[in-house]
Amino acid sequence: MTQSSILLECRDLWKIYGHAPETFLKAHGGAPRAEDLRAAQMIGAVQAANVQIARGEIFVIMGLSGSGKSTLVRCLSRLIQPTAGELIFDGEEILGKTDKQLIEIRRKRMGMVFQHFALLPHLTVLQNAAFPLEVQGMDRATREARAREVIELVGLKGRENYYPAQLSGGQQQRVGIARSLAVEPDLWFLDEPFSALDPLIRREMQDEFLRLQGMLKKTIVFITHDFDEAIRLADRIAVMHDGRIVQIATPEELVLNPADDYVAEFTRYIPRAKVLTLGAIMRPGAAAEDAAGELSVRDRIETVADRIERADGPFNLRDDAGALIGHVRRQEVIDVLVGRSIGA
Amino acid sequence: MMQADTDPQALKQTGPRRSVGDLLRSGWVFWGGLFVVTWALSTYAFDIYKLLDARWIVRFPAAWQPDFEGAISGFMDWLLEDASLFGIQFREMTRAVAAMIEAPYDVVIGVLVEGLVIGQGRDAVQLLPPLSWVAVVVSVVALGHYTKSWALATLTGACFIYLAIFGQWESAMVTLSSVLIAVPLAAGGGLLLGIGAYRVRWIDLAMRPILDLMQTVPVFAYLVPILFMFGFGPVSALVATVIYAMPPMIRVTIVALRGVPEELAELGRMVGCTPRQQMWKVLVPSAKPTIMVGVNQVIMLSLNMVIIASMIGAGGLGYDVLTALRRLDIGGGIEAGIAIVVLAIALDRLSQEYATRTVTRIAAQSQGGFLRRHRWSLSILAVIALTYLGGIIWPWIQSYPASAEISTSAFWTRAMEYINVTYFDTLDAIKTVILQWFMLPVRKFFTGIPWAWGLIAVTLIGLRVGGWRLGLLVFCLAGLIILAGLWTPAMMTVYLCGVSVAIASTIGIPLGIFAAGNPTSNRVVGAFIDTLQTLPSFVYLIPVVMLFRVGDFSAMIAIVAYALAPAVRYAAHGIRNIDPQIVEAGIVSGCTQGQLMRRIKLPMIVPELLLGLNQTIMLALSMLVITALVGTRDLGQDVYIALTKADTGQGIVVGLAVAFIAIIADRILAASAHRMRRRLGMEQ
Repeated sequence: MTQSSILLECRDLWKIYGHAPETFLKAHGGAPRAEDLRAAQMIGAVQAANVQIARGEIFVIMGLSGSGKSTLVRCLSRLIQPTAGELIFDGEEILGKTDKQLIEIRRKRMGMVFQHFALLPHLTVLQNAAFPLEVQGMDRATREARAREVIELVGLKGRENYYPAQLSGGQQQRVGIARSLAVEPDLWFLDEPFSALDPLIRREMQDEFLRLQGMLKKTIVFITHDFDEAIRLADRIAVMHDGRIVQIATPEELVLNPADDYVAEFTRYIPRAKVLTLGAIMRPGAAAEDAAGELSVRDRIETVADRIERADGPFNLRDDAGALIGHVRRQEVIDVLVGRSIGA
Repeated sequence: MMQADTDPQALKQTGPRRSVGDLLRSGWVFWGGLFVVTWALSTYAFDIYKLLDARWIVRFPAAWQPDFEGAISGFMDWLLEDASLFGIQFREMTRAVAAMIEAPYDVVIGVLVEGLVIGQGRDAVQLLPPLSWVAVVVSVVALGHYTKSWALATLTGACFIYLAIFGQWESAMVTLSSVLIAVPLAAGGGLLLGIGAYRVRWIDLAMRPILDLMQTVPVFAYLVPILFMFGFGPVSALVATVIYAMPPMIRVTIVALRGVPEELAELGRMVGCTPRQQMWKVLVPSAKPTIMVGVNQVIMLSLNMVIIASMIGAGGLGYDVLTALRRLDIGGGIEAGIAIVVLAIALDRLSQEYATRTVTRIAAQSQGGFLRRHRWSLSILAVIALTYLGGIIWPWIQSYPASAEISTSAFWTRAMEYINVTYFDTLDAIKTVILQWFMLPVRKFFTGIPWAWGLIAVTLIGLRVGGWRLGLLVFCLAGLIILAGLWTPAMMTVYLCGVSVAIASTIGIPLGIFAAGNPTSNRVVGAFIDTLQTLPSFVYLIPVVMLFRVGDFSAMIAIVAYALAPAVRYAAHGIRNIDPQIVEAGIVSGCTQGQLMRRIKLPMIVPELLLGLNQTIMLALSMLVITALVGTRDLGQDVYIALTKADTGQGIVVGLAVAFIAIIADRILAASAHRMRRRLGMEQ
């Protein structure tokens, strides 16, 4: 990643709860171990986090409850002041910014969607969506026009005058999404946006989210505790455990090369076909002669499994540059589908 | 069976570490021992004093008492005569406050009662007559409909028509005027102070003990210094009302703001709210439903206090009751009392329904054009104009004709006479039995306790339930009461309060358990309790005095009626909140109904009952002081006397003594409830 392609970066970020955390951190040379924290009765909610988020990518932070993912995202948005570390937004260090400067950044450049929607109960859908603009002091006509645009974008046209309590959970979160998009943010935080919804609605909202992102191409930090959701949406995933980021990788790399047992445990029951691309199972080398067709190494197995299985011969694979770099047979695909060990 | 009984005993005796400390830690030994010693000392203290010729045993020597009262009175004199801040005399400050309250009060009184007048005394010219009764009734009907439904509109309308027909209109409007002035001041002030405490830590810390004290100081006690500073009149009454009604608003505001979901606060910060926007655009609107509950409380407390403050010059219904009580005018008292009840119900229903308006209703009302959205306020304005014009031609529109008023006074007098004549023996027998066999022995027990042992005993209790901090606190508070020379009246207070609370609990807890049983009983009991709680405390005195005349027994009945509500509420709440799975586990194990109650439900609700008991004691103490009007002989009576003599020093010292008793009871019960919840695993 080049420097200019990175929108948000944190270096050696710490958030420690307890008595006098700064002093404690200094006393341990800025890198206390788990035993040190325990001995001092401190909680290391986020420990030595290093993250680089590129423009236009969906970066998912994945972890179970208590893993520190919510704290990390709140540090990244500076809702919480980190104990130590650097936080660079669009080339600028923002930990040292005054409240006033922060207000300016948040008003124009950041948006956030919350787990429990965080809609203001006394405002209508329209007023809720227009709220970030109202706070900026925008006049009523302009902000409501903009709010109507985003409400239409999330598919709630016609419900502008409803109150949050009159909407279903999925609809409420659509309002939350509309509101966070009203200011056209560069950086879009989504804190477990679909966790509070029923599974069916959740699925629908994920599709909706992918549709929106296809149009808007925002830089996204997405928090979830649901690994299925993570691999479905993510360009890259950061797995958190006990306050530490254990691994940052694409979904495929996570499945193929889990950094430790913890990650391996997570990925064990994930249907491989959903995650792996043909590149991961191909036989490298010359093109097969009796090939039934050609595919890209980037294709996910799930999407092409039917074709490969139906065809008699192998498929030749081309990389992004268009060069033939290997082939794949029916057997490899079936191995993945039935869950035999692969790769190695 | 034998074995089961003796086993623990045997275990204890053979146990490795059995010391005096362990023995004291055992519940039965501690409480039993404490009671036996106290009883013995209470019974024989007088004999011991005679034997040793040591009078200090039964009476705290006057020579050891510091002159608290004199010091406070002296301070108040200094404050009023000499004190000044930034060159402004304190006296001028109180005058400024008085003027600020008086101006809006005069306007409201003008609108509702006297008409708008220009000029003074004989030269006064009436510009406009007061609002006609028709206009007021139409306004409250409209308000009722706007708030909820035609049913509510009918109720509030009926209440106000009652006031007109039964000749209570003018008094009721005077009372209503005071409420209308006090409520915005108390609610607004409470909101601002609550916000201050929420945002600034030291304000919170500074305010907390003051709020605790305010909640427990009896109302009469601060009537005294207010009377001293502002003189006899409606302004004093309003100041007292605002001070009385504000603390709950502060508390509710703090709780409401803290209760706003963290996510909403984060939302405000993420969209870039300034601190001011964060407060007024995010936090306060989100907390509004809870804050409105506080406003409802403020309204009801204001009404309560406006009635009580008739003693320092608030006119209106409270004054009518007070004079009726003093003249023993049975009919007049009941008449004004019912008017208070009616007014209280109307205000309570209106404000409560307003606080809980549903989203759909608000949504429906905010639709449409200007005329449609404001149809109610516009029609009220039209009615006001019409009744003004109509009132010029037909006077009955302006004010309800006296010839059509119905007085129930004579009816009530006759009814009371009938009851008293017919059932005198029965009533008297009930009174005598309860006095002879219950109240007097308890009184003898409490008043007999020598002060030194009393101090030791409460300190021991404090140590046991709450550790050394609580022990120290209890020791200091009880010590101060003794130093002020108030031990005996304080014990009278404890006795009367204790007896009343015991009876209130005996009635209230089963009632609460019954109410939690099924929806119907819940509704009936709930409505009954709600009504009891809406009534201003003054009202309770009227029927009691009529039936049982003055004395401890009457006071006890009034206190029980007033303090019943929390006992019922908490018991019902406790039962309803038991985890249904635990009850199901009992049923599956084959418990009978009785076993379910005794073995499962009752033990589970004990902490809840303790909290209810706590509330009952607080209400009982506040009512106790008011029952001084029916001739008790405790601290309440001393405060009342201080009020009639305008003796600030005595008023404050005795008032604080009552507050100390309340704080001791509160802390001890809260600590026990906490211990018990921990034991049941309901709390960390």
